[in-house]
Amino acid sequence: MAEAHPVGFQWVVEAKRRGATIIHVDPRFTRTSALADVHVPIRAGSDIAFLGGLVNHVLSNDADFREYVVAYTNAANIVDSDFQDTEDLDGLFSGYDPESGHYDPTTWRYEPPEDPTSDEQELQQELEHEEHEGGSDGHAQAHLAAQSEARGSGGAAVPWKGRRDETLQHPRCVYQILKRHFSRYTPEMVQEVCGISPEQLRQVAESLVANSGRERTAAFCYAVGWTQHTTGAQMIRTASILQLLLGNIGRPGGGIMALRGHASIQGSTDIPTLFNILPGYLPMRHADQHQSLDQWLADDEGKAGFWGESRSYAVSLLKSYWGDAATPDNDFCFDYLPRVTGDHSSYTTVKAQIEGRCKGYFLVGENPAVGSANGKMQRLGLANLDWLVVRDLQMIESATFWKDGPEIETGELVTEEIGTEVFFLPAASHVEKAGSFTQTQRMLQWRDKAVEPPGDARSELQFYFQLGKRIRQKLAGSTDEMDRPLLDLTWDYPADELGDPEPETVLREINGTGPDGAALSAYTELKADGSTACGCWIYCGVYADETNMARRRKPHWEQNQVAPEWGWVWPANRRILYNRASAAPDGSPWSERKRYIWWDADEGKWTGDDVPDFIPDRSPDYVPEDGAKGPAAIRGTDPFIMQTDGKGWLFATVGLADGPMPTHYEPPESPLPNPLYQQQNNPTRRSLATASNPLNPSYTEVFPYVFTTYRLTEHHTAGGMSRTLPYLTELQPEPFCEVSPRLAAERGLEHLGWATIVTSRTAIEARVLVTDRVRSLRLGDRTIEQIGLPYHWGPNGLVPGDSPNDLVNVTMDPNVYIQDKVGTCDIRPGRRPRGSALTAYVEEYRRRAGVEETTTEGTQG
Amino acid sequence: MSRRSDTLEPRTVEADKVVDSVCPYCAVGCAQKVFVKDGKVTQIEGNPASPISRGRLCPKGSASKQLVTSPTRVTKVRYRRPYATEWEDLDLETAVDMIADRVIKTRRQFWQEETDGKRTRRTLGIASLGGATLDNEENYLMKKLYTAMGAIQIENQARI
Repeated sequence: MAEAHPVGFQWVVEAKRRGATIIHVDPRFTRTSALADVHVPIRAGSDIAFLGGLVNHVLSNDADFREYVVAYTNAANIVDSDFQDTEDLDGLFSGYDPESGHYDPTTWRYEPPEDPTSDEQELQQELEHEEHEGGSDGHAQAHLAAQSEARGSGGAAVPWKGRRDETLQHPRCVYQILKRHFSRYTPEMVQEVCGISPEQLRQVAESLVANSGRERTAAFCYAVGWTQHTTGAQMIRTASILQLLLGNIGRPGGGIMALRGHASIQGSTDIPTLFNILPGYLPMRHADQHQSLDQWLADDEGKAGFWGESRSYAVSLLKSYWGDAATPDNDFCFDYLPRVTGDHSSYTTVKAQIEGRCKGYFLVGENPAVGSANGKMQRLGLANLDWLVVRDLQMIESATFWKDGPEIETGELVTEEIGTEVFFLPAASHVEKAGSFTQTQRMLQWRDKAVEPPGDARSELQFYFQLGKRIRQKLAGSTDEMDRPLLDLTWDYPADELGDPEPETVLREINGTGPDGAALSAYTELKADGSTACGCWIYCGVYADETNMARRRKPHWEQNQVAPEWGWVWPANRRILYNRASAAPDGSPWSERKRYIWWDADEGKWTGDDVPDFIPDRSPDYVPEDGAKGPAAIRGTDPFIMQTDGKGWLFATVGLADGPMPTHYEPPESPLPNPLYQQQNNPTRRSLATASNPLNPSYTEVFPYVFTTYRLTEHHTAGGMSRTLPYLTELQPEPFCEVSPRLAAERGLEHLGWATIVTSRTAIEARVLVTDRVRSLRLGDRTIEQIGLPYHWGPNGLVPGDSPNDLVNVTMDPNVYIQDKVGTCDIRPGRRPRGSALTAYVEEYRRRAGVEETTTEGTQG
Repeated sequence: MSRRSDTLEPRTVEADKVVDSVCPYCAVGCAQKVFVKDGKVTQIEGNPASPISRGRLCPKGSASKQLVTSPTRVTKVRYRRPYATEWEDLDLETAVDMIADRVIKTRRQFWQEETDGKRTRRTLGIASLGGATLDNEENYLMKKLYTAMGAIQIENQARI
């Protein structure tokens, strides 16, 4: 955190000054470790085993925050008698189909009621129908289309709240299932998997427990390295389980903080430039599952919680896209939405480019030739396009691959044979346009425009507005039905004389407007009848009272510690989500020390410094009537208002592709067999079989070391915004690898000399940093060496160097299709071979390791 | 302090205007003050009023004036013809017009009214990557236009 988010880290240091214990878990010792109380070196990719060890400690010592756990989580829920755990099936859960590589999650459900109500029966039928729709497995289909991410602002629906045993003694209640599941993660097992000693594990566990409960809270912060594993979603799930058990969700000083790496990466997820979702986490339309507007909304509509109002959000989005053309008679132009049929994610698209099935490509402030895994795959895709548009500040590698990319050097690509037509369009910088970023804690902050962009540089807002206008002009008069969505689109933003649209009108459209055309104040005002329009329901309120709330800049010293008048946070300017959990079930604060939101019985409402995340006047003793739906079905004691059962999920009955609970699997390339189960890898991982993406076999002597990639303070991701700046390049001028003294001795690596790092994909060179920052790890009777690689470099910029991402294979998490950044490699002293000698060198490694040549193309998982 | 130092003033004092901004690097969201003189950025500093950053900037944020004033920034459209070995110049308006033509052509060429018997109404011929460094308003227009085009392979850094 001190390295990649230094200014955020000031709060950690401040907490330490006030007595907090800081624990840093990381394969390398960094500036964060230097300021932490404890540094825990860990084998890259083994986080579930470590966190599982902590869960086991909490459960086997009855150290959970029992009152919170019973009231606010699904610990008491009883699970179907057909459910089988990884304990029973040696690393698999019940429902696995080895042929397709997918799970059928039916047995993961809560036990069906003996006497279901008609509503419950109906919901179960709906879910079963979805499950088996179209003659194929609906769960598999949903996960191919990465629909779990449509849960970005709430959980998947369950048909019934289920029977509960609040004594937590029933052998099939979630609490007992969890206890059995994690009992395998003993301190000794953690040592064998992670290289962490039992003493250190106990120290961490005891600190966590001592700092949780009524009087205290503990927080987890993770940089998004956690997401970059084939088990990434489940790593974060394990932290969620731990935090729920300790009562650290929805309370001040608690939570799990994703420290994201780009200025508006949260915003580009909320208002997604992503294949699987529409604004506000509405799922993209699926060709099989969503043949009508009703089917599209059936998952959530009418169910308990605020997702129950999804029709209002969806219809309002269609109204803001297609305006007057969207009417109740045509289902608000629902037919205009293009349909997904499976995985259309970035890496799968690159494979389609290599195979000639995708020919036009826009790169907008992103440099995949350096920043994405397996750079060669990226560049082979770029070289096989008809046309490419690159919009950036500097001449990045993804725009020049045809001229000076690594494959030109090796002869694998020849400039004169590359048919890609390339347009490089200069972009405006952050001070040359006005607009909002959403930072990592969901806060929108507006930037004013300071100066005009230079030369041909333009904002993306202007480029896309003008591109859309031109396309519409060229198609005007078309009678072809396929052009209707473009021609009926609302696309008439007021612009200045240079054609630059007014950004606040776009923010206002995102916020939404009512029947009178005035800006709305809250998403609860949205209607399903077409009388309201709203571009992103969770952002509704950012333009309340016709005021740009994201532009607010009231100094923190003039406000309370929540600082609600700086910027605007979705939803409803609420800073801590699910903050009803900061009070006990009866509505009183858990403790004076941790007072945040509480029930004011005299006023009959929830109160506190933050915006309560609950229905404002819903009393703690409210019990919904049978058959209540939507917000009316939320109990006065259920803080998780976006979940249909109102509970925090220790056990996920639906929503995940790879199991209801996390399980440790080895990365796709690993130096050792999985010590926990026979099952070596995540059985649902998504592989990408293509000639340029060969995998190292696990535990081979040819690739004996683990490597992982990371950031440096002085550089930014793929380097386009940092390798081009003199100040930053002076501070970090060259790519390097970090190795332990033991590894240096083993391979004859010299400090400040050169090393060549090899995988089945390629070999790169880097300067050697021999350091204790990267430790040799003892795992049982073996020693594991890890090599650390800052990944910012590429052939362009002021300080060129090889790209570590060229070493990384593409094997993906089955929920979200993010690659695993951990792999195996060899390292040798000296610089890498040049030209065609490089491909021969890597080929020889592949031959020795017995890597199978991939001639057949296919995608599995 | 020497007599000469005593006479010096920081260049921030000479600014014509000071504009509120936000650091463009990571997602912490540190507040910036952008100092402008004669239509040029002369300095970028942290804003002490921010409850997030309290005026601090990291090495990248502190260097962000170089990001916007960098002499290696590309400020003219560059164009590479298929199979060419060098860049050429191209007028911006012409470039946008040519891109519009290519979108229309590729969209049509790869149009799928149906896929495996199901109505899909889309094109798999056009993809897009990027958005995490852009504004919410920009992502909104991009997704809106792409969706109307029927392009679905729209992705950004959040996937990587």
